[in-house]
Amino acid sequence: MATHVLEEALPAGALPFETRPWPVRAARGLLWFARRKPLGFLGLLIILTMLLFAAAAALDVPARYSQVRGGNIGFLYPYDHQVLRDRQQGVSLKHLMGTDNLGRDTFSRIVYGAKVSVFIGFSAVAISQALAAIVGTISGYYGGRFDVLFQRVVDIWQALPGLVALIFIVSVLGNNLVVITVAIGALGAAGASRIIRGAVISIKQNAYVEAARVVGATDLRILLFHILPNVFHLVIIGASIGIGGAILAESALAFLGFGLPPPYPSWGRMLNVAREFLTSNPMMAIWPGLALTVTVFAFNVFGDALRDVLDPRLRGSR
Amino acid sequence: MQGYIVRRLLLMVPTLLGVTLFVFLLTRFTPADVVDRLTGEVGYQDEALKAQIREELGLNQGVLTQYFKWLGGVLHLDLGESFISGRDIWDELKNRVPVSVELGALAMLFSILFGIPIGVISAIRQDTWLDYLLRGGSILLLAVPVFFLAISVLAVGAWWFDWAPPSRYTAPWEDLQNNLAIMATPAIILGLALSGAKIRLTRTQMLEVLRQDYIRTAWAKGLSERVVILRHALRNALIPVVTVIGLQIPVLVAGAVILENIFLLPGVGRYLVQSAASFDYPVVQGITLLIATVVVLSNLVVDLSYAALDPRVRY
Repeated sequence: MATHVLEEALPAGALPFETRPWPVRAARGLLWFARRKPLGFLGLLIILTMLLFAAAAALDVPARYSQVRGGNIGFLYPYDHQVLRDRQQGVSLKHLMGTDNLGRDTFSRIVYGAKVSVFIGFSAVAISQALAAIVGTISGYYGGRFDVLFQRVVDIWQALPGLVALIFIVSVLGNNLVVITVAIGALGAAGASRIIRGAVISIKQNAYVEAARVVGATDLRILLFHILPNVFHLVIIGASIGIGGAILAESALAFLGFGLPPPYPSWGRMLNVAREFLTSNPMMAIWPGLALTVTVFAFNVFGDALRDVLDPRLRGSR
Repeated sequence: MQGYIVRRLLLMVPTLLGVTLFVFLLTRFTPADVVDRLTGEVGYQDEALKAQIREELGLNQGVLTQYFKWLGGVLHLDLGESFISGRDIWDELKNRVPVSVELGALAMLFSILFGIPIGVISAIRQDTWLDYLLRGGSILLLAVPVFFLAISVLAVGAWWFDWAPPSRYTAPWEDLQNNLAIMATPAIILGLALSGAKIRLTRTQMLEVLRQDYIRTAWAKGLSERVVILRHALRNALIPVVTVIGLQIPVLVAGAVILENIFLLPGVGRYLVQSAASFDYPVVQGITLLIATVVVLSNLVVDLSYAALDPRVRY
């Protein structure tokens, strides 16, 4: 087998790029991303921290840890662990972010709140991008009357005003996890489907689509193997930009009192409760607010960086 | 142009009809019976009372009959009566719409007067410390939830300045000074939240326009910086910014809903949250429909202003 031209150009002893083990390649890719998009990389680090928090909450690590330490020592507690004597505490080693009005540890509740935000953020965006990809590709690919009909439905969909429609849906269908997640996801799909539809309309005019049709490929095959891979970067970009918005929507809902029922902590409701104690303990509002801001900031800058890297039209621009 | 306007207005009809259908049908899928919720603990067992309420609210007719009756009313600006208070919803809304419109208009005005100049400054001082500072600020503004911004302002006011916003609302035609004192804080907070996107877009658009040949020509003619930036560059850079103003209407609405509830303003958003919390579905339906109409209309206005501003766009 003849060696590749590029491999011959490599210095003696150097391994060809493709044969390096995958961890090395992943690390190199990350380094490249960090150097090119430092802000996006910072976002990625924050997102990973949030995922760690969420995983810890999902496995109930704080509760187990505090059991190991015999209850009251350490800095992690179950989210509903109340010590009424220790209400409204300031920052200390025992309570990294102080305690709330019921004597619950704020840091532990932030960790548990990350689970709600991360779960709703990721699942809502998965729903909205999946819906957007289905509606967008089908509407754009088939075109004609079908497209006109579909787009009128998207018009209606898009006319539903975000938070107002969310409050309406949640007050009617109930404030449980499934309703909140699906509602946030479904409401976000309309705009994203328009972007994908636009891309599909231009992609389907490519010669390779025609070639596939000539050799007898079915519509389904063309959609799955020729159209979808070409709009997939749009789905990823839409998802990474949408997560921040989905987390914001959930917290706004919780802040107004339509979120998940207590006592499970969500950052939005922690902020809502803290409103009553602004004069006595403003830090109770500051911590969940900061957690929310930092998370949304991280997803925004990471999404922007990912778009710059993935979108071929923006490659090489700043 | 006229033909285009007529076509767009006609397209609004099926869109809004679709919204009415959605808004109406959703309330028919409540997991719990509305009447059960209305009668509450006391009347839970009282079947006769429930039947009477059902009769009064017209809930025992067919779904389609109910829909067309409701739709017929909507077309005459009759949104029905509140389940809870029994008052006419349109009359209630008439008192509340001006509050929300004032808040929204002041906030939008502030965000335009604040966001666009900052975007321009950031662009003409590209890659200086000032630019980095303003860009950092705009990224922060995009990430801070509006309710956290409001609560931070309240916390700082309460903690350091012993200040709380005035709470007695008066209409502007009754006591303009008091009205503005109440509106200023929420309007500025909402305006700040809307500025982030405007600053970023104005900056990128200005940078793009400033690289155009006609800007070099303008400089070469010896025009002053003020004329080049404001008359030649800004006017062309602003066209996409106008679109963003329109796209921000849903953000504006969401922010107004939240801020009315924090600052206790008697607007549509506060009415919405109160009604939704007490399962007063006719009110929630009416408000959703009203705001959907506003969103659809504002989209039309944006498209038309696009054509008015950009001589290359003709419909």
